[in-house]
Amino acid sequence: MDPPAHGAPDHIIEFRGITKRFPGVLALDRVDLDVRRGEVHVLVGQNGAGKSTLVKLLCGLHPPDEGTILLDGRPYAPRSALAAIRAGIRVVYQEFNLLPFLSVAENVFFQRLPRRLGVVDVRKLHADAEALLAEVGLDVAPGTRVETLGVAQMQLLEIAKALSTRSKVLILDEPTATLSPPEIRRLFEIIARLKARGVTILYISHRLQEVFEVGDRITVLRNGRRVDTLAARDADVPSIVRLMVGRAMGSEYPFHAQVIPGEEVLRVEGLLPQGARHAISFSVRRGEILGMAGLVGSGRTEAMRALFGADPRAAGRVVRDGREVRIRSPRDAVRNGICLLTEDRKAQGLILDMSCTPNVTLTDLARVSRAGLLREAVERQEAQALVDELDVKTPSLDQLVRNLSGGNQQKLVLAKWLFRRAEVLVCDEPTRGIDVGARFEIYELLWKLAANGKGIVLVSSDLPELMGVCHRIVVFSNGRITADLPRSAFSQERILEAAYQEYLQGRHAAADAAAPP
Amino acid sequence: MRATRILYLLLREAGIGLALVIMALAFSAFAPRFASMANLTNILTQISINTVISVGMTFVILLGGIDLSVGSVLALATIVGGLLITREGLSPGAAISLSVVGSALTGCLCGLFNGLVSERWKIHSFVVTLGMLNIARGAALQISNSRTIFEFPDAFNEVGSATFLSVPVIFLMALAVVLVGRFVLARTVFGRLIYAIGNNEEAVRLSGHAPSRYKVAAYTACGGMVGLAAVMYMMRLNIASPILGVGFELNAIAAVVIGGTSMSGGKGSMVGTFLGASIMGVLNNGLLLLGMGDFARQMVTGLIIVVAVIIDKYRARAFARIALAPVPAQGARAEEAAR
Repeated sequence: MDPPAHGAPDHIIEFRGITKRFPGVLALDRVDLDVRRGEVHVLVGQNGAGKSTLVKLLCGLHPPDEGTILLDGRPYAPRSALAAIRAGIRVVYQEFNLLPFLSVAENVFFQRLPRRLGVVDVRKLHADAEALLAEVGLDVAPGTRVETLGVAQMQLLEIAKALSTRSKVLILDEPTATLSPPEIRRLFEIIARLKARGVTILYISHRLQEVFEVGDRITVLRNGRRVDTLAARDADVPSIVRLMVGRAMGSEYPFHAQVIPGEEVLRVEGLLPQGARHAISFSVRRGEILGMAGLVGSGRTEAMRALFGADPRAAGRVVRDGREVRIRSPRDAVRNGICLLTEDRKAQGLILDMSCTPNVTLTDLARVSRAGLLREAVERQEAQALVDELDVKTPSLDQLVRNLSGGNQQKLVLAKWLFRRAEVLVCDEPTRGIDVGARFEIYELLWKLAANGKGIVLVSSDLPELMGVCHRIVVFSNGRITADLPRSAFSQERILEAAYQEYLQGRHAAADAAAPP
Repeated sequence: MRATRILYLLLREAGIGLALVIMALAFSAFAPRFASMANLTNILTQISINTVISVGMTFVILLGGIDLSVGSVLALATIVGGLLITREGLSPGAAISLSVVGSALTGCLCGLFNGLVSERWKIHSFVVTLGMLNIARGAALQISNSRTIFEFPDAFNEVGSATFLSVPVIFLMALAVVLVGRFVLARTVFGRLIYAIGNNEEAVRLSGHAPSRYKVAAYTACGGMVGLAAVMYMMRLNIASPILGVGFELNAIAAVVIGGTSMSGGKGSMVGTFLGASIMGVLNNGLLLLGMGDFARQMVTGLIIVVAVIIDKYRARAFARIALAPVPAQGARAEEAAR
């Protein structure tokens, strides 16, 4: 608990025993948390720790399953985002919510345009907007079209928008993620000014360094629980990381150590996804499961998609079994035995409104056809064999994939790549949203594939999973690979430290980007 | 439960056919001449052209696209075919062959253009084919000097009115096109990919295919069907004219949609399209025999298109409820049992 330092601090928000469940996940577990009026309160935690769920409860997107929230000492249960705004709580999300073809002023007052005789009173609109823009230090004319603004300016505009409704609480979700150092400095000044005016700020960030600079108190969340709340001046990065990681996890991943990695099956050299700042290199051997750790947005998915040819890349060589191959599209990748199990299996991995058979054989229709004609009997036989092998639970091959559970859908995605006889399987978050039983079956499959000499790359945001399943882990941080750890060197602290490395040195990294090496 | 499920399955598969039968019975009852041999032959001839165009349109709509240019391309293809067939100094056989190839090729090239442009620059086919609608019409008027071409060889003209076992040959051609289209959609790799792309193009791409190739091929096939329809049109009316085919795109789209193909792609069938074209033909003919005027008939046809799609929505929903609801439950039970 967080004992009040003196008599009764003035709490603007109080969470009392908040629990929130999503299917298969306990997102928040009896969280108690106080936010003091006029402070900058920072929320930190690993992916899935519960930060964004907490924000969603505050801004009326979900109701809590248990517990109450007090706002100004009164029970607060917003039924919609609008209700939250009326109560004085505004969020500035990472993704902006602006109308690009309208003016700055129109965006600020979008919901309440000043009107005279039913016509927008442009003079008043611009005058009101100018006052707000001055307050957040956004130095553009109110009539400027939003599409012409830079990212930092859009961020300030979002804040101005939030202030236009006289917000008491402003929630900033990763506000510095896309800003340059001078812009960050400016943002911090504005935060200080807002604080002086009595606005309470809830600040969420992955960049641990800056939270000490901007925050008054820091709350660490882990696995849906509040671990601790510290005064910023009493905390440092190592102590926060320790709290985020917690104690060591159990051995729920019986690692199959008997597999000895063999020949190099894939080597990637200097791969630079389009729009990325850093090139990355790594290699995988036959029989090896290579883990890719990192924060959400650290560039893992982008790198994997660029490797697979799904997105364009600026540079990079791909060597398969010692031979350089040219990959400019997924077609090239698949022909060279590389496959990608995408992060979003529903939108990109499967054809939901088709049955199991065509989904499995889609990757290699040549094998089940002759002269362009499908051989349906052969096709069914092949699909049935894989469905049986992977133990996909479906009443029949003719079942629409839409009607299968998440775990079985994921197995079907694996089946389609096994059908292609891919040699390198890149799996992006294959166990996300899947229940524990099916998860374990998927690990077993990955181990079996590795034992059969495939090379496997496993991208996951679940650290215990990576540490339990992989032979080796490379860590991504802000688009770079910052560590390459063999199994003997696995530790949550080391991996997290590497994952945060480039964010802690955010200033330097940004400077590097301005003058590339 | 089982009985209702079977009933719904039947309705889903045979719904349009059932509607066609009911409609035909009703017309037979109220319009005495409807069921006469002469009238039925007449209907078959009338629906042939639209059927062939609709087969091509089905490929395109299954991909989630649309082809608005079919009517204009038909006119252009008749002009190219008409100019070739009436060239002096050619034997009738050579002129006819040249003309058929010319019309078909014209259609294919227009379709190829539609496909290539919309894929290369990722422009919605609505816009590209709207452009082609004007390009082809303009080209037809230009190269024909806006004149109608006629005086084709007799052998060519005779096919248009010939019958085989009292079925119009022109209808048999359309039927053959439907069957080939059905075969391609149901049995070939190309057909499989058309459905797959219409459902989820990105998943197809990420499975190692190049969807653009198949899409361009589908637009080209649609153009080819229009070229074929142009040949049939010339056989039937014995003229080639730059002003024919106006509004044909709407009849083809209507047939495809009444036939149960989803405008967003991925779902539909050739047989459905054929039945859709038949419904439109029967309706038009039957209402005419009942003495309904042109304007009123147009209104009724329009209404039927909308009603058909509404019914299809309900049918799909009912089908999903009755036929699919128990299945996930079975799946869940299987999973429980497996734990």
